[in-house]
Amino acid sequence: MLNCTPKELKERTGGVINPAKTCQPLGAMYAALGIHGCLPHSHGSQGCCSYHRMHLTRHFREPIMASTSSFTEGASVFGGGANLKTAIKNVFTIYNPEIMAVHTTCLSETIGDDLPTIIRTAEIPEGKVVIHANTPSYQGSHITGFSNMTKGMVNYLAEATTETKKEQVNIIPGFVNPGDMREIKRILKIMGIKTILFPDTSGVVDSPMTGEYAMYPRGGTQLKDLVDTGNSKLTVALGSYASADAANQLERKCQVPAVVLRTPIGVKATDQLLMTLINKFTVDIPVELEEERGQLVDIMTDTHFHFHGKKVAIFGDPDIMLAMTEFVLSLGMKPIHVLTGTPGSGGALGTALGNFEKEIQELLQEAGVPGKVKAGGDLFDLHQWIKNEPVDLLIGNTYGKYIARAEDIPFVRLGFPILDRSVHSYLPVVSYKGAMRLIEMISNALLDRADRDAKDEDFELVM
Amino acid sequence: MAINEKKLEELLNQYPTKVKRNRKKHLIIKDSSLAHQEIEANTRTIPGIITNRGCAFAGCKGVVLGPLKDMVHIVHGPIGCAYYTWGTRRNKAKSDDPTKNFINYCVSSDMQESDIVFGGEKKLARLIDEVMDIFQPNAITISATCPVGLIGDDLQAVAKAAQEKHGVEIMAFNCEGYKGVSQSAGHHIANNILMERVIGQGDWEEAPGKYPINILGEYNIGGDSWEVERILEEIGYTVVSVMTGDGSYEELKNAHVAELNLVQCHRSINYIAEMLETKYGTPWLKVNFIGVQSTIETLRNMALYFNDPALTQKTEEVIAKELARTEPIIEQYKKICEGKTAFCFVGGSRGHHYQGLFAELGIETVLAGYEFAHRDDYEGRDIIPEIKLDADTKNIPEIHVSPDERRFRLKLSPERLAEMKKKIPLSNYQGMNIEMKDGTIIVDDLNHFETEEFIKLLQPDIFSSGIKDKYVVQKMGIPSKQLHSYDYSGPYAGFNGAVKFAEDIAMSFATPTWNFITPPWKNKPLLEGTIVEGGCSVC
Repeated sequence: MLNCTPKELKERTGGVINPAKTCQPLGAMYAALGIHGCLPHSHGSQGCCSYHRMHLTRHFREPIMASTSSFTEGASVFGGGANLKTAIKNVFTIYNPEIMAVHTTCLSETIGDDLPTIIRTAEIPEGKVVIHANTPSYQGSHITGFSNMTKGMVNYLAEATTETKKEQVNIIPGFVNPGDMREIKRILKIMGIKTILFPDTSGVVDSPMTGEYAMYPRGGTQLKDLVDTGNSKLTVALGSYASADAANQLERKCQVPAVVLRTPIGVKATDQLLMTLINKFTVDIPVELEEERGQLVDIMTDTHFHFHGKKVAIFGDPDIMLAMTEFVLSLGMKPIHVLTGTPGSGGALGTALGNFEKEIQELLQEAGVPGKVKAGGDLFDLHQWIKNEPVDLLIGNTYGKYIARAEDIPFVRLGFPILDRSVHSYLPVVSYKGAMRLIEMISNALLDRADRDAKDEDFELVM
Repeated sequence: MAINEKKLEELLNQYPTKVKRNRKKHLIIKDSSLAHQEIEANTRTIPGIITNRGCAFAGCKGVVLGPLKDMVHIVHGPIGCAYYTWGTRRNKAKSDDPTKNFINYCVSSDMQESDIVFGGEKKLARLIDEVMDIFQPNAITISATCPVGLIGDDLQAVAKAAQEKHGVEIMAFNCEGYKGVSQSAGHHIANNILMERVIGQGDWEEAPGKYPINILGEYNIGGDSWEVERILEEIGYTVVSVMTGDGSYEELKNAHVAELNLVQCHRSINYIAEMLETKYGTPWLKVNFIGVQSTIETLRNMALYFNDPALTQKTEEVIAKELARTEPIIEQYKKICEGKTAFCFVGGSRGHHYQGLFAELGIETVLAGYEFAHRDDYEGRDIIPEIKLDADTKNIPEIHVSPDERRFRLKLSPERLAEMKKKIPLSNYQGMNIEMKDGTIIVDDLNHFETEEFIKLLQPDIFSSGIKDKYVVQKMGIPSKQLHSYDYSGPYAGFNGAVKFAEDIAMSFATPTWNFITPPWKNKPLLEGTIVEGGCSVC
């Protein structure tokens, strides 16, 4: 497996081999699915749209609907305005969504199609909405695309209409699974805080089997709630890369204060979320949540000897990586290789959002763990690092399975995409509950390996 | 409920007028009493219709080039295009030298904004240097993506310079996603350059064994080509090359030595098949290794072509042996499948090929079609002279080859060739429509709306297509079988493939999970009756 990857490291500047990211429109399509009654629309040639639908549908094992402008060579040269206008007319007549959320591709961005003008002059039925975000594939990654579309929701929909802000919180969950979104809503419900979670793909990409297909499932943030985000008292952006831009935009547009927190994976990040909420809303931490936290810490204590001191390589999307690095450190593990394919700073992401490499290095230094960190890296890099400094555990998306097999490393699947296992998108990795699940996954991977490798005389009943 | 013109009209009336006018031409109800039924195909996709189609890049890099294992396939563009063609089509490959098998790698120039603004040629040249340094592949392909054509990067020039520098074949494919109207343009673009730059570049003048053949348009999805090769090699054929499943640059180079080219997927490879005939005098045979009967017919046609009693005898021996082994197993599965109906909507060839295999299981195909096939795949190659190239496809280069001065050789005498053409589909393909039953529906570029509508009208028992509609259909409680990825199963070709397919299809009907869709509180009375026979059962 991967026999062509040498151990010797050389600097590469020509591109990537085995990427740890994909392109913007996929993230935008996912975000748009988190609006109730929305049909995402890809303004480009149709290959992109098919690929993005395909990839999302493989991760969620659910229908992923989106339409496309289906550019031809003519449109690519003379502009895609007519294609988009035709598409808007056809989509509303044939598929009747409440809202269309248009994103772009490298094609329409390179030719410079002016979307606001095209949309303004399109035939949009009464009461229907078309929003857009520019999502050039040659900037950032799918996480940037998620961020841009979420920001597009704020640009088009959020409105400040009340004199005083309502006792409600906006939460932007970031590029996480519907299981995570459900879990975040559960916590807020227990705390008794009225919440607008957006985008919210729960009930859309984890919809039940009923024997009937619904093109627009029950889930998704309601349009009226997206408008009402402008009246909330606070926006919590979970994950700076995926969520901060939209939260900041909402602050600029509707004066809703924004707080940017880590994706709540692990005990520290979840604590931070709850502390932020009780500081802004006059609520106490309910006993259930305190109990869940106590259970988590109990488990961490009980099982610390499974993972303490183990070397880990982790790769994936930056917000998840930041939180996950913090979490494995809290378990006493050593994340010696941490890598994301998403560029760390600059460009469309803006340096103000922080610097991935710097933030991870700070976490590692605080814990006294020497490690390699890279933003904008690829899995060829990661594999070479592992060849030079082996690890006991690999954590990442499905593409990691090739490295895990080549180097015979226990492997935990986390993040996007997971194409070769099911159920993962239904269950959370965020919050205290999600952390318990992660500990179970990590322990199982390590102990299954210990069982597999043990001599008969060393094979243990109790571990 | 069968479909008729009135029902079809009602369905189409839900479209805006322009869409209706367009879509009407892409739909036929099969009627053999008519002299000829024409379908419109290979025209541009209607914006916003929710098509299943992909792009020219997918057809070129994803389908034709990607399976070639000893070459590094560079994608010049932003990251997505390379990423989505990384391991997603299940074109299996193995190699005696694992350091020359790049099938699990994904190489992209990962264009950034600065590359769009200032051009990406230099970065691409650096990437080629790095690829040569790290991998030393036997050859390199570079596939263009949407923005490349717009910003004017000269891929051909970069490839030429790199080839001179590194001394291996480096080929550039201008398969920008917007070319043509579907994957089909990409097939053509890939065919052209493989013919010009690879096939015939080897120095073999003679095949290394008897009855040498190439298998064209076979991508070894789920190991299909390995099963086909198993059968052919047992009969005594020498497989010179497979285009392109588990294929390699080294094999393709010598493809000119074959005596016959087999064409499985007509759409994607007929260009090379035709050009091989012109250049080397090698006829091609339309084959179909999907389904037991089709496989047998194909094997017999091949034996007729080679016209050697020993080969014919061995062919019948292998057929008899394989039949004896597989027929009883398939018979068992048939009991579960018998009497059911299917939709068969797949890319550019399987929409036709799988109908026979379904029929062997007792399943009738009531709707079939292709995403991106041309009229000849529906109506047969005889109509090719009638096909007019429209504005969207006339920019796809047509190349013309001439007979190779040294290597051109008629493989059959003109008289024998003419005689053979009457008996077997030699250099000919009759298309899908002819095999469809009257009253069934043929759909080109089926979209989501029509999928839902036709399911309501025809209520098929199984829907076979791809991943994008799999879960849509399954949500309706209808089994859905992916005939692109085989739902990660396979092989489905040949004798063993037919058994595997039968097993998988039977499983999709037999799984108990369908019984749980309706919760008990929805189909049972809410109040338990008070009638108790013989007292209380829990007392």
